[in-house]
Amino acid sequence: MTALTTNPTSMEAHPFASPEPSSTIDTKYKMIAENVTVSYGGIDAVKNVTMKFKEKSVTALIGPSGCGKTTFLRCLNRMHDMTKNAKVTGKVLIDNTDLYSKEIDPIYHRRKVGMVFQKPNPFPTMSIYDNVTAGLRLNGVRDKKILDEIVEDSLKMAYLWDEVKNDLKKSAIELSGGQQQRLCIARALAIQPEVLLMDEPASALDPIATQKIEETITELKNDYTIIIVTHNMQQAIRVSDYTGFMYLGDLIEFRETKKLFTDPKNELTAKYVQGHFG
Amino acid sequence: MNSIQQRRQEYRSLFKQNVAKRLLVDKAVKIIVFTCVIVAIIPLGSILVEVFKNGITAISIEFLTETPGSIGSGEGGIGPAIQGTLIIIGLSSLIGVPIGVMSGIFLSEYGDNTLARFVRFFNDVFMEFPSIILGIFAFLIIVLVLGHFSVWAGAFALSLIMFPIVARTTEESLKMVPMTYREAGTALGLKKWVITFRIVISAAKSGMVTGIMLSVSRIGGETAPLIMTILGSSQFFSSLDTPMDALPLRIWRLSLLPYDSAQLQGWGAALVLIMIILGINLGIKYYFMNKKNGFFGQLIKQRRNVTK
Repeated sequence: MTALTTNPTSMEAHPFASPEPSSTIDTKYKMIAENVTVSYGGIDAVKNVTMKFKEKSVTALIGPSGCGKTTFLRCLNRMHDMTKNAKVTGKVLIDNTDLYSKEIDPIYHRRKVGMVFQKPNPFPTMSIYDNVTAGLRLNGVRDKKILDEIVEDSLKMAYLWDEVKNDLKKSAIELSGGQQQRLCIARALAIQPEVLLMDEPASALDPIATQKIEETITELKNDYTIIIVTHNMQQAIRVSDYTGFMYLGDLIEFRETKKLFTDPKNELTAKYVQGHFG
Repeated sequence: MNSIQQRRQEYRSLFKQNVAKRLLVDKAVKIIVFTCVIVAIIPLGSILVEVFKNGITAISIEFLTETPGSIGSGEGGIGPAIQGTLIIIGLSSLIGVPIGVMSGIFLSEYGDNTLARFVRFFNDVFMEFPSIILGIFAFLIIVLVLGHFSVWAGAFALSLIMFPIVARTTEESLKMVPMTYREAGTALGLKKWVITFRIVISAAKSGMVTGIMLSVSRIGGETAPLIMTILGSSQFFSSLDTPMDALPLRIWRLSLLPYDSAQLQGWGAALVLIMIILGINLGIKYYFMNKKNGFFGQLIKQRRNVTK
C-alpha cells in the first residue's frame, strides 16, 4: 500500500485529492488518478486532477456542463485512445498498475473497468442475450452453461431480469429506453469488472427508470467501486458516498457527499450546490 | 419594454402576411419535383417497355439454352452468353468484393492518416475511369503477356471497375454506424478487429450489400472491357484460359448484324440481361431484408413499433 500514498508535497498541491485526508494510510484505494490533464488540440479540458477512489464506494462527479467531468471519467478507461487530438498526461493507477504506462495493453485493463454511457447503446443487431454476453463471447468464452448463468446474474443485478426473462432472444432495440440502459449496465457487469464507470446513466430516463438504476447502484456498491458522473445533485446525494465538484476543468472540492453538500469548504462549491449557478 | 412588445407584434403580423405566398411556393416546389421525376422516369420506363415488347417474342427454351446458329439464320440461342455472364460476374465478384470491402474497412476504421487520404482520392478518380481504359490495361498486362484472350483477363478488368465502387460504399455505410457502438465495444475490452467485424459490420450490412449490388449491376452491363479481354465465343465455357461469351458482347454483335432475325435475338438477349441483374438484386436484397437483423431493417421495425 505504501506505493499508493502520495508524498506530502503533492498532497499540498491537491488538498482534496483524497476525500478523507486523515486516514490515507489504512484506506484501500481501488483506483488513483494522479495529475491527470486532458487537452483537445492544445486546450485543457481537465487540468491536473488528482483523485483517489476508495474500494467498494460510490463516488459522484458533479459540476456544470463543460466542466470536464465526462472527459475525466473517460480517462479512467483510456477511452480517449479513440479520440483524435486528445492528449492525456498523468497517471491512472488501478490496483497499483498505471493504465497509461507504455508496457500495458489497455484491453486487459478495460476488462477490469466496466462503462455505462450517457445514452443507451445496446448493439442493434444483437438479441438481449447476445448483448449481455457480447463482452464474453467476443473474447472467446463459449461455454453455454456459464453464459446462461452470467446472463441471469447480470440481468438480475441490473433489475431487468423479471421484465425480459421470457424474451431473451428479442432484439435489444425493441426494449424501451430505460430497459435499454439497464441492459447496458448488465452488459457492462457481465465482463465481471471491479470498477464501474457511469456517465450520466439516468439523464435520458424517466423518474421510475432512474429510481431503478439508483437502486441498482446502491446494490452494486457492496462489490464494486463505482464512479458516476451526474448533473443531478439530488442523485449524487442519494447514491454516492463521496462527491467531487469540478469547475472549468479543475477539481474544486472532493469530500464525503454529506459534508460537501452541507458544509462546503469552497465558495464556488457552496454556490453550485445551493443552486446559484449551474 | 413596451417597444419590444410592439416589435414582437410586428414580427407576428409579418408571419401572417405572407402565408398565402409561402403556401404557393410550397405547392410550386412540389410540382417541380414531381415533374422532374416524371421526366426522368419516362425514358427509363420506355426503354424497359421497348426491350420487353421486342425481347419477349425472341425468348424460348431453345433461345435460352442453345449455342448461336449460323449468322442471319435466326436459329440457335444465347446459352453460352448467359453462362458466360454468370461466370464473369461471379469471378469478378470473387476478386473485387473482398478487396473492395477490405479497402472500405481500412478507409473507414483505420483511415485517419495521409495514406488513407491518398487512397481515398485515387479511389474516387478510379471510380470515374472510362471502362475501356481498364479493358486496354487488362489487355496489355494479361492478354498480350499470355498471348491469348482469356476469362481471367476479363474478370481482372471487371474487378478493377468493381472494387472502387465497393470500397466507397463500404466506407460510407461503415461511417454511418454511430460511434457509440464502437465505444461500447471498446469499453467491454474488445479488440479493434473484433469490434469492426462483429459489431460495426453487422450493423452496416445492408448498406454494404447495396453497394455490392450496385457494382454487380455495373459490371453486368460492361461491354468495352470484355471486347479487349474475353473477346466472345459461340461455344459454351471450356476453361478460364480461353475466350468466352457474355451477354453484353452478344447483344453488341447481334445488334450490328443487318438481319431482322438477329436484331430480334439482340432484343431478347437484352431482356435476359436486364432480368438477370434484376433477379440478382431482388434476390439478395430480399434475403438480407428478410433476415431482419440488418441495421436498417431493425430501424424500420423500431419506427413501426413507435408509431403503433
